[in-house]
Amino acid sequence: MKTAAEAALAQTFSQARDRLPGSGAIAAQREAAFDVFAKAGLPHRRVEEWKYTDLRALMREAKPLAAPPDAAAKARAKTAAAMLGDLEARRLVFVDGVFVPELSDIAKIEAGLRVGSLADALCAGDSALTAHLGKLAPTGDVAVALNTALMGDGAVIYAAPGATIERPLHLVFVSSEKPVATFTRSVMVVEPGARVMLIESYEGPAGSDYQVNAAIELFVGDGAHVDYVKTIGEGAEAMHVSTLAAAIGAKARFNSFTFTAGGAVVRNQLYLRFDGEDTVAGIRGATLVRGRQHADTTLMATHIARGCQSREMFKAVLDDEAHSVFQGRIVVRQGAQKTDAKMMTQALLLSERAEADNKPELEIFADDVQCGHGATAGALDDELKFYLMARGIPAAEAESLLIQAFLGEAIEGIEDAGLREALIESVAAWLKARGQKPV
Amino acid sequence: MALLEVKNLHVEIDGKEILKGLDLSVDSGEVHAIMGPNGSGKSTLAYLLAGKDDYEPTKGEVRFDGKNLFEMEPDERAAAGLFLAFQYPLEIPGVATMTFLRTALNAQRKRRGEPELSTPEFLKRVRDTARNLAIDPEMLRRGVNVGFSGGEKKRNEVLQMALLQPRLAILDETDSGLDIDALKIAADGVNRLRGPDRAFVVITHYQRLLNYIVPDVVHVLSAGRIVRTGGKELAMELEARGYAQYQEEFAA
Repeated sequence: MKTAAEAALAQTFSQARDRLPGSGAIAAQREAAFDVFAKAGLPHRRVEEWKYTDLRALMREAKPLAAPPDAAAKARAKTAAAMLGDLEARRLVFVDGVFVPELSDIAKIEAGLRVGSLADALCAGDSALTAHLGKLAPTGDVAVALNTALMGDGAVIYAAPGATIERPLHLVFVSSEKPVATFTRSVMVVEPGARVMLIESYEGPAGSDYQVNAAIELFVGDGAHVDYVKTIGEGAEAMHVSTLAAAIGAKARFNSFTFTAGGAVVRNQLYLRFDGEDTVAGIRGATLVRGRQHADTTLMATHIARGCQSREMFKAVLDDEAHSVFQGRIVVRQGAQKTDAKMMTQALLLSERAEADNKPELEIFADDVQCGHGATAGALDDELKFYLMARGIPAAEAESLLIQAFLGEAIEGIEDAGLREALIESVAAWLKARGQKPV
Repeated sequence: MALLEVKNLHVEIDGKEILKGLDLSVDSGEVHAIMGPNGSGKSTLAYLLAGKDDYEPTKGEVRFDGKNLFEMEPDERAAAGLFLAFQYPLEIPGVATMTFLRTALNAQRKRRGEPELSTPEFLKRVRDTARNLAIDPEMLRRGVNVGFSGGEKKRNEVLQMALLQPRLAILDETDSGLDIDALKIAADGVNRLRGPDRAFVVITHYQRLLNYIVPDVVHVLSAGRIVRTGGKELAMELEARGYAQYQEEFAA
């Protein structure tokens, strides 16, 4: 029994399959991926990984594929990602899932970095792309399968061996007012010893129930240093499903931070694989939700090589009737001796009607490791609030200070000072809006 | 009218009456000491005046500068000039001490219709005050009270008081946990603030602190009531003879 959304997705694929970019092996890849979806359907609560985010129930309809953006849509995208404006990042702008060169900083791309559009690379049958595309994203994941079947455009990025890229590269994904669906796929290959920061940001208008499915495959070479940031600031009615699939080489540094504040329904998936020895990684995130927002962060970190250190820290602040989900699983394979992995997830509930589901898991097959996890959920500390108020700080401001302090532990882990500041600003903006909402 | 006027105050916590008809009148320029045995209701009085939740009066009234204190939120009380130096100052990881001090000071000024302090002026005030209290500026870079020793926390309370310049400061067992040197520094900080426009209520179990902060009036609080009031010599008498006579008197 198919739902309306499942039937619409099948129709979308059958109508679009012949004009989606790429042929031959790419087209076959799309067909195989679509079969995964056709067999499984949209994931629902009886599928363990989607227990708390029943996509079949949450996704009432599937929107039509986005058409290329018109001039008006492009014009609105000019002011996108203002909060991250001080970073002087080099931007690649995508409007309704389509790369827009004239809004992007193509001319300012630094030496050592090569960027292009996925659609172009697919059409050209670029062998460097096909060597990487689909190699990391889990094929059994239905969200990824739909992405692979319907991917239209995205970024293809190569960082040369040993290159140090000074300014962050920022993929700006903007949705226009049309209630459409976009499927973007990006591939980034960071060669050994290179250093680069990649930011992905997502935003769109509040009044449109558009749908975003984005995925990126990230290859981090030996000795590379990669900072990855994703900010999900979608419009209030939007549905956003995105996936990071990364494989990290030996003696590398990898930091990731995902910041979720927007969207009606958000599913943020991170699949990380530690392939090389002695890598150090910090995987962090913050979620701020209110109203009836639903935000799910699902993390799967697999330690394959020995001697890697990973720190996972995810914090959620919930107001009103919002719902947050954190599922974090650390897998330590038999060969991954001396793994040092610690995962912490904490939820701060500002309302009695909010719900936080935290599910940390460890699966350890090696016998000489240091692994741990913890989870907490609670309200603001009244004693601390009283202490602040007794010094003259009004209740709302006292709460804001305590919420910022709660998130601080995760945000302070961000190495880049400019980015840290930008996220602190984003938190402040959220808190300000919270203070202004009608009671 | 006195700056602080407490009349027939009764307070219950979890159904148990802790204060049983307390009267107290404190004028500007005065230092009152409230002494009493453990469990007599000293800290209850301090928290109640500062406005802590769960400390609801069942009878009586408290006026601060003529206004009904029970109609004011804790932050309004602070802005009106009431300050409580906590017996156990809290640690607030993630809130930088400087941010805390500045937010508090400016929130109070804003409520009083005064302009915010400029950054240089604020920093100068903090530095000068910290120096007087022998507080290492490095400590102010940390989260509020995070990693502070007991004595450092108490000095940090005095620092906040000096910055906020309250009209009435309630010191709840500021001497507990302090060695003699730290006690002198804290007492010096308090004494510097004494003046005709400010009053203090010093709550303590021991007379020791009152050697350094010499009170104008001493009250004995026992079983929820002020049972005796006298001059500073009363503190000496308590030190010599203990609280036993008052406890027996009211246990009956």
